[in-house]
Amino acid sequence: MTDPDLLALDGVARVYAARRGLFGGADPVRAVDSVTLSVPPARTVGIVGESGCGKSTLGRLALGLERPDAGSVRFADAPMPRIGSAAWRRLRARMQLVFQDPLGALDRRLPVATQVAEPLEIHRIGSPADRADRVADLLRAVGLRPDHGTRYPHELSGGQRQRAVLARALATDPALLVADEPISALDVSIQAQVVNMLGDLQAARGIAMLFISHDLKVVRQVSHHVAVMYLGRIMEQGDPDAIFADPIHPYTQALVSAVPVAGPRRRPRIVLEGEPPNPARRPAGCPFHPRCPIAVSDCQVIVPELQPMPDGRHVACLRAAISPGAARIAA
Amino acid sequence: MRDTGPLDLAAASLTPPDATPLLAIEGLTVAFDGVPALRGIDLTIHAGEAHGLVGESGCGKSVTLLAALGLLPRSATVQGSVRLDGRELLGAPAAVLDDIRGGRVAMIFQDPASALNPVHRVGAQVTEALRLHRGLDGAAARAEARRLFDLVGIPDPTRRLDAYPHELSGGQNQRVMIAMALAGEPDLLIADEPTTALDATIQAQILDLLRKVQRETGMALILISHDLGVIADVCARVAVMYAGRIVEHGTAEALFATPLHPYTRGLLGALPDMDGPRRRLAAIEGSVPEPWAMPAGCAFAPRCGLAVAACRADPPPALLPHQGADDAEISAHLAACHRADPDIRTRAERLADPAPPVPPSRGTAVSQGV
Repeated sequence: MTDPDLLALDGVARVYAARRGLFGGADPVRAVDSVTLSVPPARTVGIVGESGCGKSTLGRLALGLERPDAGSVRFADAPMPRIGSAAWRRLRARMQLVFQDPLGALDRRLPVATQVAEPLEIHRIGSPADRADRVADLLRAVGLRPDHGTRYPHELSGGQRQRAVLARALATDPALLVADEPISALDVSIQAQVVNMLGDLQAARGIAMLFISHDLKVVRQVSHHVAVMYLGRIMEQGDPDAIFADPIHPYTQALVSAVPVAGPRRRPRIVLEGEPPNPARRPAGCPFHPRCPIAVSDCQVIVPELQPMPDGRHVACLRAAISPGAARIAA
Repeated sequence: MRDTGPLDLAAASLTPPDATPLLAIEGLTVAFDGVPALRGIDLTIHAGEAHGLVGESGCGKSVTLLAALGLLPRSATVQGSVRLDGRELLGAPAAVLDDIRGGRVAMIFQDPASALNPVHRVGAQVTEALRLHRGLDGAAARAEARRLFDLVGIPDPTRRLDAYPHELSGGQNQRVMIAMALAGEPDLLIADEPTTALDATIQAQILDLLRKVQRETGMALILISHDLGVIADVCARVAVMYAGRIVEHGTAEALFATPLHPYTRGLLGALPDMDGPRRRLAAIEGSVPEPWAMPAGCAFAPRCGLAVAACRADPPPALLPHQGADDAEISAHLAACHRADPDIRTRAERLADPAPPVPPSRGTAVSQGV
C-alpha cells in the first residue's frame, strides 16, 4: 500500500469516563467519535470548533499521546507504537506539540537557550559543541536573536516566548507539528507575525501541521484542508476557501456567520439557539440537531455520515445529503 | 423605558451638538508608581450611543474606565477630569461613587464566573443589586429579577434564579452579569471584553443581546475589546488606543472604511480575511513600547513604516478635527498622527465634492464636541 500521507487517522474514537459528582457512577464521554483525517507532508490541516468539540483530544491522538479506543492512527505509514515503548520514544523527535500558553510551556527558572537545547540532548542529536550553534540557528529561524537565548522566559514578550517554544519544537527537525491554539494568547499584531512565520517555516522545512484553533480567520489563512468539529465528530471537511466562502453544514454556516468582521457585514448573522450540549449527554441522531434551525425528524434518530459533495468536500448532514442547497439556513 | 430616545438617526440628529455629554473624560492621566499608563485621554460619550474602545493588551483601554470610576488601587496617580452629566467623579466622595457604580454606571467583565459570588444563588445576587439601587425587596425584587432574566434570554428564568454560578455555562453566567448590570437601570453600561472568554456562537448571542438591551433601554454602551470585528459589530463610534493614548477616533463606518492612523491600518492589515485570495498578513513589526521606556516622539514611530524625523522628535498633534471641515462625520474622524493630516484633507475634499454621495452612516452620527 502506498500511502502518501504522513499522518492518517482512521475512524478514531476516544472515550473518557466522567464521574457524576463525588460518588456517582461514570458516564462515558465520547470526546472524539469516528474521525477520519489525514495530513500529507508539508501541508497544514486546520481543525476548527468550539470548546468541548474534541479538537485538542484529536491533537493528542494524532501525536500518539493517547490511545484511541477505536480506529487507528498511522504515522509515516506505520501504526503508532505502544505508548512508552522505545519506538514510541524515538517517534517523539519526529512530532512536536505547541500550545496556547507559552509561559506555561517554558520553565521559568532556565534561560531560553538551555530549554531549546534540551530536545537535542534528550534525543542525542549533534555533539555538545555543535548544539550551541544549532540553538543559535533555531532562534534565528523563529525570528529571535541568539542573545535572546540568555534570557529567562519572563524577560521576553508573549510573542517572543511563543517563538522560543517554536524554536524548541523545531530542534529535532520534526516532520509533524501539532499546534493547539498557538496564537490565541497573542495580540493581533503579534498573531500576524507568528502566522507568517509558521508559513515560512513550513515552506523552508517541509513540516506538516495540524493547526487547531477556534479562530476561523486564522485557520483559513494557514490551512490547505480544514475540518469543522462539533461534539467530537467532523461536520464538514474540505478546501478552506470553499467551506468558509460557502459553508454547507448548518453548523458551519452559523460558525462562519458568527465571525466578527471589522467592517461592513457581508452576510446576515445566524444566531443559534442554546449552547453546545454537555459531551456526556450527547443527543441521539445528529449531535447538532437540537440547535439546528432546519432539523427534520430523521435528524433526531439517524447519525449522519460524511458524504461527498459535488465540489469534493465532505458534509455530515442528512439535509445536505439530499442536495447541498437543502441545508441552507434562510436568514 | 428611559427618557433618552432610542438609538436611531432621528434621535441623534435632534441631539444638539453642545448638549451636556453623558460622560466627559478630559486630559485623563494615570501613573502606577510614577510609570505612566495613560497619557492624556479625551473621550466624550453621549446618551444612548454605543462607543467602542479598541487596542491591544496594555494600551490602557480598561485602565481608562477603571480610573474614571475610581476603581484603581491607591498606588495609581489619577489626574484630569471625568464628568458624569457635568458632575466631577475624580476625587468624589466614596458615597457618591458607590451610588453611581452599579446604579447609573454598570460594568461587566471578561470572566463572569469570577465576577459572580460562587456561594450565592445567582438570583440572590441580582436581587441584592435591586435592593441596593432600586430599593426593591422580597417578592417585588424576585419578580423584577425574573423579568431581567427573561430580558437577557435566560431560558426557564424562574428556576435559574435558584442556580449557583457553577451550574450555569459561561454564556449563561455572562447573561446573569448583564441582568445584574441592568438591575440598577444604568444610563451607561461599560462592557470590558464581555465575549472574549466565550465560544464563537455564544459570542454572537451575547453581542446580539448587548445590541438588543441597548436599543430597548436607551442606555449608552462603552464596549472595550481587542477585537476590531466585535467593535464593528456593535458600536457606532470607535476610539483606537495605543500605548496610553487615543490615536484615532471616528464613526465605525469611517474608521473601518478609511483608517487614518498607521496603527489602525496595521491592525486591520494584520487580520486575515474570511474570503478572497489569501495574502501574506501585514504584521506590525516589533512590539508595544514598555511604559517606562516611551519613545520621545510618537509612541508608534519605532514600528511605523511611514515615520519621518518629526515622528521621532515630537509627540503627534492632539486629536483635533481637520481645519475647515464642516461635515460632521469628517470633523468627528480624527487621528493623532503627523502623517495622517494629508489623508484627512484628501478625504475632506473628496467628501466635500457633492458628486459621490456620502454613504448614510448607521447608528448615531453625533458630531464630536471636542
